[in-house]
Amino acid sequence: MDIHEYQAKDILSNFGVEIAPGALAYSPEQATYRAREMGGDKWVVKAQVHAGGRGKAGGVKLCSNDQEIQKACEDMFGKKLITHQTGPQGRGIYRVYVEAGVPIAREIYLGLVLDRSTQRVMIVASGEGGMEIEDISMEKPESIVRSTVEPAVGLQDFQAREIAFELGIEEKMVQQMVRTLKACYRAFRDLDATMVEINPLVITHDDRIIALDAKMTFDDNALFRHPNISELRDKSQEDPRESRAADRGLSYVGLEGNIGCIVNGAGLAMATMDTIKLAGGEPANFLDIGGGATPDRVAKAFRLVLSDQSVQAVLVNIFAGINRCDWVAEGVVTALKEVKVDVPVIVRLAGTNVEEGQRILAQSGLPIIRASTLMEAAERAVGAWQNDLKQGTNVRAGK
Amino acid sequence: MSIFLDTETKVIVQGITGRMARFHTKDMIDYGTNVVGGVVPGKSGETVEGVPVFNTVKDAVAETGAEASLVFVPPPFAADSIMEAADAGINYCVCITDGIPAQDMIRVKRYMRRYSREKRMVLTGPNCAGTISPGKALLGIMPGHIYLEGNVGIVGRSGTLGYEAAAQLKELGFGVSTSVGIGGDPINGSSFKDILERFEHDEQTRVIALIGEIGGPQEAEAAEYIRDHITKPVVAYVAGLTAPKGRTMGHAGAIISAFGESASEKVEILSSAGVTVAENPAIIGKTIASVM
Repeated sequence: MDIHEYQAKDILSNFGVEIAPGALAYSPEQATYRAREMGGDKWVVKAQVHAGGRGKAGGVKLCSNDQEIQKACEDMFGKKLITHQTGPQGRGIYRVYVEAGVPIAREIYLGLVLDRSTQRVMIVASGEGGMEIEDISMEKPESIVRSTVEPAVGLQDFQAREIAFELGIEEKMVQQMVRTLKACYRAFRDLDATMVEINPLVITHDDRIIALDAKMTFDDNALFRHPNISELRDKSQEDPRESRAADRGLSYVGLEGNIGCIVNGAGLAMATMDTIKLAGGEPANFLDIGGGATPDRVAKAFRLVLSDQSVQAVLVNIFAGINRCDWVAEGVVTALKEVKVDVPVIVRLAGTNVEEGQRILAQSGLPIIRASTLMEAAERAVGAWQNDLKQGTNVRAGK
Repeated sequence: MSIFLDTETKVIVQGITGRMARFHTKDMIDYGTNVVGGVVPGKSGETVEGVPVFNTVKDAVAETGAEASLVFVPPPFAADSIMEAADAGINYCVCITDGIPAQDMIRVKRYMRRYSREKRMVLTGPNCAGTISPGKALLGIMPGHIYLEGNVGIVGRSGTLGYEAAAQLKELGFGVSTSVGIGGDPINGSSFKDILERFEHDEQTRVIALIGEIGGPQEAEAAEYIRDHITKPVVAYVAGLTAPKGRTMGHAGAIISAFGESASEKVEILSSAGVTVAENPAIIGKTIASVM
């Protein structure tokens, strides 16, 4: 789960990371008021969206008076911010963070991640702050400092000092840097984060180390023990289809294609999408309905997949192991009678009792296209979709 | 001989009184697995499917001589159960549970290192379908009847995709020595490399099938290991060619977040290490058959 910059700053500052004075605003008027309340002569207005790359996309504006703050806010509120991380649909801006301007002497990149190779928390830092880490690793890989944390004892002072010295931090500020690094690690560990990123972490002209931006991602699997973090979820930043799916216990990722997929198992779901692509089509989604393909889950899955108006055919691929195919077939038939489906449906069943399953599909009287192998299913799905387009019978084309 | 399991291996089920665990305990017993007990704190004295329940893994080991364990415990408590098994002297543990916090797994892995290599428990999973040595024993939730006994060693991250491969092999008349699920989580007990090493030394295994997916460095690490240490033919399939970057595809670990983690990059890395790659999931069986 992602949270906003202002929320991440609040959390990190409670752990001892220094941040600049700032305030949240839900309207231009509130923003100007909060800026005046804060005082000073330079403010930065920052769109609060769950995505990086806000600066380049116009989501961060430096202002020096009320009018400029007002204007910056009007340009942001209610708009979609499109950055390289949001995809073409962008993310809606419904809140802005107004922050006091900071005199920057130096910018540092700081990230904490779960490193899957060492299976530990890894600290990644670079003196090339302000750039994206992907760009740093392409252009200045030698500037990156890495250190892994021994989980039994946590981040040690000497490790933090080593990082500070390698980054070329002035001696008088090394201790401050150690405090900042240890605070970030404690926040990461205590709150079950999967990522903490401060980019940039700045050193000011008056020798302070301040987190000028902050991003935190949390382990969805650990939210059960962090109700205060769960509360920070902002559904306005999620794909509505994906939040709906998550609320129904289905794992769904929306894509750009037009062949919808309903599959059991994540690996098989990805493999099904790949086969559609090989057959000349484009998958519209990833959807794993989990082990138990009950009629109710299948019906939910159909509703979800068809709510995407670009879906012009649906491929159901179920490998029934413990659940028998006849039972899954009944689920599909029940679901199709319940949900109005106006596109071709291709069903491939495999596993236990497959003949019986096929018989149930055939005798249902429903226009189900059956397939016995994965490749055949993908080819029939792509074929049915193209055929519909040619004959002009595709009710959803042009939508 | 097969890896991890044989008809004699004494198995306990942690969390045996749960609905799913009961169902699969019966299934495993029906398959011929030597299930000797279960563990649920506070339920000592009960029996499930004819086997006794113990309060602790230590008690179960003392009473039954259990060597292997299957963990069905819910996510908040699963890490604790795995560590309990490691401490009680269990040799091999499979964890089925999906949804264990990643940092819990970091602690589990650190904890297991308290024991010297010879005494250290082997863990596969979490978030996997288990391990099966067809005709011998089943420690997991996979449908036993889709596997023929044979000479292909399967190791994969995904459950149903592994079934797909086994079913394709059966269709072609080929069988499996052992199939091991390493699970879809970012921090897992055993890596591809760990299992490849076992298959290399397993007499029954003649060909190894590796079923990977997007995310993480383990396929690339496996490729390097195969190039340097594996003499048996290896066939691979990597799912997720069409998966977008930065999105989690069902499995917590199936996310492309760094260079080398996409399906096409993994295919390239594996091919250059001498692995025969099946280009699509429909031909995994055929590709394996072609190198037999």
